[in-house]
Amino acid sequence: MTAPQQQKIRIAGPVVITANRLHDGKVVYRAFDGSWVTELASAAIATNPAQAGTWFEAARTDTQRVVDPYIAPVANGEDGSWIPANLREWIRCDGPSAGPPIQG
Amino acid sequence: MYVQDEFDQTLVAERVAEFRDQVARRLSGELSEDEFKPLRLMNGVYLQLHAYMLRVGIPYGTLSSAQLRGLARIAREFDRGYGHFTTRQNIQFNWMKLEQLPDALAALAGVGLHAIQTSGNCVRNITTDQWAGAAPDEIDDPRIWAEILRQHTTLHPEFSFLPRKFKIAITAAKHDRAAVRVHDIGLRLHENEAGETGFEILVGGGLGRTPFLAKTIKPFLPARDLLSYIEAILRVYNQHGRRDNIYKARIKILVHELGVERFAREVEAEWRIIRDVLVLDSAIVAEIRSRFHYPDYARLENNPAAWTTGRARNAKFDAWCERAVSSHRIPGYAIVTISLKPEGGTPGDATAEQMETVADLADRESFGEIRVGHDQNLVLPHVAQRNLFAVWQTLEGTGLATPNVGLASDIIACPGLDYCSLANARSIPLAQELSRRFRQLEDAHDLGRFHINISGCINACGHHHVGHVGLLGVEKNGEEYYQVTIGGRADEKAVLGELIGPAVARDKVADIVEQIARAYLDLRQPGELFPDTIARVSAEAVKARVHVAH
Repeated sequence: MTAPQQQKIRIAGPVVITANRLHDGKVVYRAFDGSWVTELASAAIATNPAQAGTWFEAARTDTQRVVDPYIAPVANGEDGSWIPANLREWIRCDGPSAGPPIQG
Repeated sequence: MYVQDEFDQTLVAERVAEFRDQVARRLSGELSEDEFKPLRLMNGVYLQLHAYMLRVGIPYGTLSSAQLRGLARIAREFDRGYGHFTTRQNIQFNWMKLEQLPDALAALAGVGLHAIQTSGNCVRNITTDQWAGAAPDEIDDPRIWAEILRQHTTLHPEFSFLPRKFKIAITAAKHDRAAVRVHDIGLRLHENEAGETGFEILVGGGLGRTPFLAKTIKPFLPARDLLSYIEAILRVYNQHGRRDNIYKARIKILVHELGVERFAREVEAEWRIIRDVLVLDSAIVAEIRSRFHYPDYARLENNPAAWTTGRARNAKFDAWCERAVSSHRIPGYAIVTISLKPEGGTPGDATAEQMETVADLADRESFGEIRVGHDQNLVLPHVAQRNLFAVWQTLEGTGLATPNVGLASDIIACPGLDYCSLANARSIPLAQELSRRFRQLEDAHDLGRFHINISGCINACGHHHVGHVGLLGVEKNGEEYYQVTIGGRADEKAVLGELIGPAVARDKVADIVEQIARAYLDLRQPGELFPDTIARVSAEAVKARVHVAH
């Protein structure tokens, strides 16, 4: 099955390169120096398709650090910080919107 | 309980050692992700939104108390303290680390559990009635046959690279609690007119993108021919199944495209070649049967005063008994369903502490046995009726005594977009909202059995097509919408639900479902389930009472 983010890559605004970290699966974002960070605030923001494409190609070869990199859209938040631009990325960024199990 | 033999234990131990080596080679760079991915999937390891997910098989939904404690240990030591029981009688852990997975699998192997064939294009966990061995309406224990098929299909070279995944379900009772008509193969154990026991063979059921109910290709198959006939079906599937298009690769598409009569003829032709070569010897059946150890039941009074008086004196206990307690085939015993659907909770989730409480309870009150149902609830299959009050008190103390089994708030839901990388929309928050709303309605209006099923994408892990009300999450311009179907059911009268109109926005869904429930309350006759009401009055009559504000 194809995951939704793999079905189409359209770059119509600012984006980040995101993936899951190989050894623990944690959500990570590519930083300017090519390292991977767990905070979106520290991610490198690409503002044009060429830049995004270059970073994405670099991420695809970084196979010992991350798995399944892809390009995800971001938006400018009210306070000027970058925020995820869709629900899926919000959930990846913030964790499940549903809490842990209820225990009596 | 089935007692594993040395062969099983060796096989699982060897697989853990292999996987440990594979993980080490992936982490060192010796294996690429393309090389490693099929290996991890063969061990039930997926990469989901937040982390690796481990799916552990629970053969025919039966667990010992030691195994449930083993699952609690995985939750506590390797995950975030909880696990998610699925609609396939499995459990999934959502926060696993690749580097720790070999240790987790070794811990599971220590209690006789593993993740082999919980992913990939092979025969998956063979599911059955969660009341097997305890239900008064069954003619045999279906787990005997599930175990025979499990052994025959595990790592079978012919079944390891099928066109697509393959799911088999078995029922041996009059009332189908195993949803056999929505499986690739459904087996219904029954007696023919001569009083002989055999199987009705149904093929080509399944939900997902293209839902179909399975069709009967053999009304009665003697038990001796079970393996050869299943093998014949899988050979026809291997030969003709679509490997060029993942969306058309399931056997349901093949049965549909060939037509059931031609498909059956192909199977019969294949079967004639192997039926006398691959005979299921009665000695093998007896050997497998002997490895199922049954409780040493006491001779107990049915409906003892200790139970009936407790019900009369305590309304909360009485309400719980009404929903959670079912008849057992042995007098003085009862089957207890433990709801994993607390009001506002995540359907199917249980914490490590809850699992341990249930394991302890099983040791004290249910001969150390627990079951997992496809409805994402747990079952204590053999509880003495005189001890039900004590069982309820323990469950109540750990949030496991919600008196809603089978009711609208007992929602079946997949993990959805909160966890799953395939999902388009969330299932869990919607289930939480609906469970809060419907706990009120259930009590106020005696709504009765009313099944809501939610899937976060077209793959239909929440079985939405067979919910009395089915909700399918879709994405429209970045927003969550839900298609609503009504009238589905998965039992012996299985029906696929009917779409009531265009998908509705997330914030309208609960109102729509409530309108549907209220229409049912208005239209139903005494004792009538919602799908029966729809069959009598038509889906249109219900739709006319539902007003979708766009």
